[in-house]
Amino acid sequence: MLILILRRLGSMVLIMLVVSIILFAIFETDKLSVAGKVLGPYSSLEQREIWLEKNGYNQSFWTRYMIWAGNAMRGDFGQSLQLKVPVSEVLWPRLANTGLLALCLFAIMIPMSLCMGVLAGMKEGSFQDRAITVFSVLTTSIPEFASATLLTAVFVFGLGWLPGTSSMTGGFNFTELILPVLVLLLYDFGYITRMTRASMAEVMNSQYIRTAVLKGLPYQRVIMRHALRNALIAPFTVIVLQLNWLLSGVIVVEVFFAYKGFGKLLLDAALFGDIFVIEACTLVAVFVAVASQFISDIGYTYLNPRIRFS
Amino acid sequence: MNDQEQPVLDIKDLCISYYTRAGEIPAVVDFSLTVKPGETIGIVGESGCGKSTVAMAIMQYMGSNGGIKSGSIKFKGRDMTQMSEEELRKLRGSEISMIYQEPFAALNPSLLLKDQLMEVPLTHEDITRDQAYERARELLANVKLPDPDRIMNSYPHQLSGGQQQRVVIAMGLLGNPALLLLDEPTTALDVTVEAGIVKLIADISRKFGTSQIYISHNLGLILETCDRVFVMYSGEVVEEGTIDSLFTWPRHPYTHGLFGCIPLPTADKNAAPLKPIRGQLPLPHERPSGCYFGPRCDHFQAGRCDGDKLHMEHVTGSAEDHRVRCIRWQEIDHTKEAPGGEAKEAMELGENVLEVNHMKKYYDVIDTSFSALISGNRVKHVKANEELNFNAREGETVAIVGESGCGKSTFAKVLMGLEGGTDGEIKHQGKDVSTTLVRDRSDKQISSLQMVFQNPSDTLNPSQTIGNQISRVIKKFGVATDKEEIFDMVMKLLDTVKLPRDFYYRRPRQLSGGQKQRIGIARAFAGNPSMVIADEPVSALDVSVAAAVTELLMDIQRENKTTLLFISHDLSVVRYLSDRIVVMYLGHIMERGTTEEIFEPPYHPYTEALLSAVPIADPEVTKREILLEGNLPSVMNPPKGCPFCTRCPRRIGDVCDNEMPPDRQVTDTHRIKCHIPIEELRKVEPVIHVPSPEERVGKPEIKVPTH
Repeated sequence: MLILILRRLGSMVLIMLVVSIILFAIFETDKLSVAGKVLGPYSSLEQREIWLEKNGYNQSFWTRYMIWAGNAMRGDFGQSLQLKVPVSEVLWPRLANTGLLALCLFAIMIPMSLCMGVLAGMKEGSFQDRAITVFSVLTTSIPEFASATLLTAVFVFGLGWLPGTSSMTGGFNFTELILPVLVLLLYDFGYITRMTRASMAEVMNSQYIRTAVLKGLPYQRVIMRHALRNALIAPFTVIVLQLNWLLSGVIVVEVFFAYKGFGKLLLDAALFGDIFVIEACTLVAVFVAVASQFISDIGYTYLNPRIRFS
Repeated sequence: MNDQEQPVLDIKDLCISYYTRAGEIPAVVDFSLTVKPGETIGIVGESGCGKSTVAMAIMQYMGSNGGIKSGSIKFKGRDMTQMSEEELRKLRGSEISMIYQEPFAALNPSLLLKDQLMEVPLTHEDITRDQAYERARELLANVKLPDPDRIMNSYPHQLSGGQQQRVVIAMGLLGNPALLLLDEPTTALDVTVEAGIVKLIADISRKFGTSQIYISHNLGLILETCDRVFVMYSGEVVEEGTIDSLFTWPRHPYTHGLFGCIPLPTADKNAAPLKPIRGQLPLPHERPSGCYFGPRCDHFQAGRCDGDKLHMEHVTGSAEDHRVRCIRWQEIDHTKEAPGGEAKEAMELGENVLEVNHMKKYYDVIDTSFSALISGNRVKHVKANEELNFNAREGETVAIVGESGCGKSTFAKVLMGLEGGTDGEIKHQGKDVSTTLVRDRSDKQISSLQMVFQNPSDTLNPSQTIGNQISRVIKKFGVATDKEEIFDMVMKLLDTVKLPRDFYYRRPRQLSGGQKQRIGIARAFAGNPSMVIADEPVSALDVSVAAAVTELLMDIQRENKTTLLFISHDLSVVRYLSDRIVVMYLGHIMERGTTEEIFEPPYHPYTEALLSAVPIADPEVTKREILLEGNLPSVMNPPKGCPFCTRCPRRIGDVCDNEMPPDRQVTDTHRIKCHIPIEELRKVEPVIHVPSPEERVGKPEIKVPTH
């Protein structure tokens, strides 16, 4: 187990290293264009060269990479070109905002989709199974922008119950979170529900469930004690990997509701050509991807004793 | 047993149907059975005969598409078909328990065994967790599991198959049930492990007085475990009776046919070959009128056998409960039939085709544990094959026998070139092939060394027609190139394996298991091989199908003078068809010799135990009982001395633990690897005693009532 964790951590570091090198090579091999981005399109060649000299850009690629990577590890990603503040000053609050969105979403979605998946998978082919399956396919197949428009039309313009933007200009406001979470929920919960359903249905058909029933256990105990844990192994991995999807997947929702989150930051930076912000966002996104993979691997081995002890 | 006692289970005129899109399919028809307290009933039949359906009906666990159409199942006088779900739940696990075919699948992989065991008494009785723990622990000890506390705190995958089955049996007994259902409880286990489990099951009924219903396809096992037996065919019982009456004087042509299909010690591949039942089991919706067995029966009489539905009739003159469903049972004299099929001529053996000299195969296994990383001993050798020496001649059948993990399949892999040997040589037709992988072999080499696999369903490509698959082999090996010529050859091969020619256009899913294995054989023989390796070719097939496939394999061998390397764990089949036998254990050859030499003393102690473990479906054959204790040691960590020393019942001392035994020569062809001198080994009695025809019980006098 210890070896497994160490090995996973090792490969995590390796992936980060490779990604950061590729990232650095893409954005900063052409020094002049970096200077151009920083000084603006109307800067002269001389100005750019002076800037390069001053900022240590005339050292070799690897030396520059080492310095850049060292700074990044300390949380220093340089100055945002667009916002004229250190990147870290905008990055962390934005990440926290998206984190809040994800947390709200997970807090509702996971219990809900697991419950519905288990209910559907428990009795394959029953009415409740078909109803849940049809519903989850339906919601998943509506794209986020469509459901966002629809929900806004109903709750903002029609009923007037909820605010239409979520920019939180007047401080934190809970009601502004409801619509973004709802849109994400509609889109994503069907996926996990169907995963859970398939996994549960498979477990319910297994011989050890037959054993449990024929032992004379109450049906509730068969489900809770024998089926659930085995049925949750597969969806667990998917759930953790949703973390990763949320980072980039929420762009549409964040833009639609003007929510100041990570996705919006990344989009703005990309449109402006704010290379230091893009670098920082990419590194964070990759880190989250690798870390969630790590968590899902370790969690999987914990849930599944067959892997844990072999 | 007291006949006045109330029966534990009383099934009357039970009919079970499955409802599918194709309509109602009757799975079991007109089934009646009474189980008295302490009695063990056997239900025997081939797959699809409805024997498992009966078990599931008794448990009232039919799935959503199955249902009991009519009849009653009375447990201790109460009709189970009328019970509510809650009443059934209270019976299950406490009054009726079940033991399953695959113990590994029957246990929950992610729960500790103690939780799975303890919940049985906790659910059914009002006791504390400590009491439940004690009870479970006690039962684990009762089913002879060493170190019950360790087992209690293990997960299922940490135990061997035999141990898992013992746990499942303990679980079944925890509620102290009145009735135990055993559905092929040893089919997934090795022979010596099977022998242990069978002994355990017999002990249980004696010790706890539990009634049992034992379901199996193996007549030999039924003989060893049961008091009465029911033979099922196509959803109905065709014959029932006590073990003695039914096994000694079977009256139904199907029962009789089954006995002709099993390689009993009296069968001989040349003098008295097996006699397969022709045809196939009819599909449930294609059953004929009258006797379901009619189309396959040699005694069929049009107008009588295909008339009205037949009923069970008592066999007058035989035991009281010997009953048979055959309209002609009084007329057919089974004793006049030859015990086996037609005699065939023995084959002459030619030159050596295969020579194996000092062949070794080691696997490197990298230990990934933390301690191994620190100590530096990361690479371990697994000695899958150690010093194999034997040869095979043209037209000869050599069998490699041993339990799973003995290295027999590893040897097949090296011989086929799927893996390279580590040391030594395997000479096939004079050329060493041990290190030439299959991709480096010439087409000619590959075609002359072919294989028939264990599971025919997995070895045929599901999306290609049968014709294409065989043609491809012929083309690939350059046997023929012309399209029409190839087509003709495929047709001839289909004739050879006795399949209709229009199978050319069929796909594997349209074939039955036995037919698929015939295709597997046709494919192997398409390139005119000089040698064919058959890896358990019939162990996945039903008794009557297996007999037909075995006979087919030998007919083709006879015709082509092919050398057959037969890999198996089933000593009765091996005895029947092989000329010489190699007994393997943990990668070593423990004994090798001709078939007669292996089956007569002197024996290697392991061979002795193997012979004793084989169930024989003949009540007049007696066996010496030798039970092996413990599990097969891990190949990762084999004993230092004799590989068999940990389980050997005849261990003589420290020399066994510390020194590799010498390879002692008994005759030119017979060698035994054991520390015990040959003279000592020679002193034992033969394990299997087959009575001579004169010694056998005389034919029963059947009183035929005069009309």
